[in-house]
Amino acid sequence: MGSFVPSNPKEREEMLKTVGVESFRDLYRAVPEALLLPREKLNVPDGVSEPEAMRAMETMAEKNRVFRAVLRGAGAYWHYIPAIVGRVTSKEQFLTAYTPYQAEISQGVLQSIFEYQTMMCELTGMAVSNASVYDGATAAAEAAAMCVDRKRSTVYLSKALAPDVIRTVQTYCWGANRQVRLIPVKDGLTDLEALKGMLAEDSAAAGVIFAQPNYFGNLEDCAGLIELTHQAGAKAVMSVNPIAMGLLQTPGELGADIAVGEGQPLGMPMGFGGPYLGFMCASQELFRHLPGRIVGETTDAQGKRCYVLTLQAREQHIRREKAASNICSNQALCAMTAAVYLAAMGAEGITKTARLCYDKAHYLAAELEKIGLKRRDEADFFHEFVTETDCAEKLLVALEAKGILGGLPVENGVLWCCTEQCDRSVMDEVVAICREAMA
Amino acid sequence: MKLIFERSMEGHQCSLVPRSDVPAASLPEKQMRRSTLRLPELSETELSRHYTELSKQAYGVNDGFYPLGSCTMKYNPAVNEEAARLKGFAALHPLQPESTVQGAMEVLYRAEQILCQVTAMDEMTFQPAAGAHGEFTGLLLIKAYHEARKDSARRKIIVPDSAHGTNPASAAMCGFTVVNIPSNAQGGVDIDALRAAVGEDTAGLMLTNPNTLGIFDPNILEITKIVHEAGGLCYYDGANLNAIMGNARPGDMGFDVIHLNLHKTFSTPHGGGGPGSGAVGVKKQLAPYLPAPHVMKTEKGFTFERAAQSLGQVKAFYGNFLVVVRALCYMLMLGGDGMQEASENAVLNANYLRMLLAPNCKVATDGLCMHEFVLDLGEIKKETGVSAMDVAKAMLDEGMHAPTMYFPLIVHEALMFEPTETESKQTLDEAAQTVNALLQAAFTDPERLHNAPSRTPIGRPDDVQAARKPVLRYSFENQ
Repeated sequence: MGSFVPSNPKEREEMLKTVGVESFRDLYRAVPEALLLPREKLNVPDGVSEPEAMRAMETMAEKNRVFRAVLRGAGAYWHYIPAIVGRVTSKEQFLTAYTPYQAEISQGVLQSIFEYQTMMCELTGMAVSNASVYDGATAAAEAAAMCVDRKRSTVYLSKALAPDVIRTVQTYCWGANRQVRLIPVKDGLTDLEALKGMLAEDSAAAGVIFAQPNYFGNLEDCAGLIELTHQAGAKAVMSVNPIAMGLLQTPGELGADIAVGEGQPLGMPMGFGGPYLGFMCASQELFRHLPGRIVGETTDAQGKRCYVLTLQAREQHIRREKAASNICSNQALCAMTAAVYLAAMGAEGITKTARLCYDKAHYLAAELEKIGLKRRDEADFFHEFVTETDCAEKLLVALEAKGILGGLPVENGVLWCCTEQCDRSVMDEVVAICREAMA
Repeated sequence: MKLIFERSMEGHQCSLVPRSDVPAASLPEKQMRRSTLRLPELSETELSRHYTELSKQAYGVNDGFYPLGSCTMKYNPAVNEEAARLKGFAALHPLQPESTVQGAMEVLYRAEQILCQVTAMDEMTFQPAAGAHGEFTGLLLIKAYHEARKDSARRKIIVPDSAHGTNPASAAMCGFTVVNIPSNAQGGVDIDALRAAVGEDTAGLMLTNPNTLGIFDPNILEITKIVHEAGGLCYYDGANLNAIMGNARPGDMGFDVIHLNLHKTFSTPHGGGGPGSGAVGVKKQLAPYLPAPHVMKTEKGFTFERAAQSLGQVKAFYGNFLVVVRALCYMLMLGGDGMQEASENAVLNANYLRMLLAPNCKVATDGLCMHEFVLDLGEIKKETGVSAMDVAKAMLDEGMHAPTMYFPLIVHEALMFEPTETESKQTLDEAAQTVNALLQAAFTDPERLHNAPSRTPIGRPDDVQAARKPVLRYSFENQ
């Protein structure tokens, strides 16, 4: 068996003796006899050495297909991860530390979170950021809870949010007995007219959640949506792609109350869905309603600048059942990953990367149109777009055969994504393969 | 230390953006960002040194003894990290065709199979990202179960006062009313109080066993029976599973739903506060409501299923997958025999350390403990003025991490020690010597303890100032 217990039989004997028991079984005296499991009743095979375990893991990894190019987004994005990101975040002092409760020996972790909070505020244009939540979907769900008060409890979700985000917010709202209303989509965008009608008849509207760019890659009329929301006395929650923030108007500029999103594009591998990073930023008025950890600056006994977990009166370990959320430790290392990524890229790197995503997606859209794969929507888009086709499966299988993961099949079409990693040569290849498959 | 923004120099950069090979597309003016994006500008050397400096002011399991109670700070095997970095896992898009991710689905399936054996549960989901997220999911499962049976009057969750704060907070998020019940002298469930609390409105009981005083509740079978007879379900908070892993199983104790902290019991790194994984296991009667999608094994291979009665999703995709990869690697290495060995030694180490410290401080409970124990410094404080906080901070000066302070709430000057099985006798001997010296210093040199720590990078921070005048981001005022 594999073991990480650093003692030999003699040492164990001595320790048992000090404790005053004869055997390990004696240590479990408090456990009712009927509950104690003999080895043969535990149906788990015996352990193995490290190389054997690693070989088993490699065998499973080899059963998966790693594509040489990924033109699929829909919530997880194929961006380049700078080498320095992995180097920094695998430092054992960071990797193996607990939540920084002991500030005196955790300034490195605390300061990195403070820096992360600052960078996220810069990216979204908002006043305050928390230290992270689980992912983009749960960030939206936590934001929904922030909008709700005694008089207002209905949460509006655009149907142009990612399906996983909609489902997650619905689950959280079902849990807390809150009503969810879905705003229809028209021409690939959240239907403003429909929302207007829905809000007009509802005095309990708490918040409106929509994405920029939305699930279909399209750019929403954010100013219009926020104006309608505020007229109804509700709060506007924007779920944004962090890379797009290098180019697009920010939630802060637009006057949103809360900005959330999926932080995976900021240096995290696609990793079959996680761990990712949920970011949450809010306006100054709402900062005390933010859930989760927040790091603040203060001074120590000698007046030296330092950082601590702060505003803890909001949190579950103090407020217990009266806390707004149960969230405690979540994705700290992912937040550090995002911070290292943003620092490595710098403003110029983020803006240029956003621009590359934009340009490449528009190039591919134009090339696909030339072979008859027309965009479904007319709206402006960022780095994702839907093309209409009734033979999605055929196209995607043909691409897969050439080692390319094509767009995601959606209703009557394909949702494509281009990142800075999509070389023109690959996109030309994609177009050629599609042309052939359609012929 | 300088903030990264204070190290920034205009024009310094890394070489990370490829040249464009496509024409520039026109941008819709009204959608464009107008404000300046102020991110730090650093070369790779500067960036690397910044984070190396930060890392010198951080403390992980690899740095030294970390007896943080209820957090199970065991050593994180290096091989887990290698496994999680395999391209065949790390480079997978979550929405790839199922035929191209059979190995990843096998990871989820095998981890589920093993953990169901270890917990005596029937099915498991890995979607919850952390322990608290697992609690939330587990309670939603209880809610879904009662709703499906049209037993909608069951709206109360019973929580002992020794529970982690997340328990009542999770119950509230699920729309339940929390009924707090007192503990008995050993921190166990007060059976009479439980009997008085259950009824037709009982949705369930949340319990940590061994409890937060490190005691296995000897009445556990009676407790679950009382709740079941009242029509409620029993929820097992797996925070302390490391005490019994492979030696006793929550499912056999009568629990219906359980969350595990893979980052505690199954050795995945804590990352300075995540990412972890809060896997949730259930007995058959709750399985139809598990979050979707859920991996199933069929004749044609693995497939994702969305059950008709599923409560939906609690997170995007399938959870913190790469954390599950690490945990599976650990479980394969340990095997059933290694798991038993690990928990037995976790209990041995805790009892050994308890014996070494007991002469100098009251232990909150009598007799043997499980994987952790709580020192009660109440009398020391009364006599010397030295608090649990003072001793914890003085431990930092000695190059150790502090134990969990002031928890559970039922012990007022609590220090909760959980050494885990991955510490050697020598480490425990040295740690005990150090802590004993500090406990004695409370009587001889209390000032030193009040002023601790003095050898750490900073002294005690002013938490009040931080909360009263919140500074939550860098202001750029100096630039």
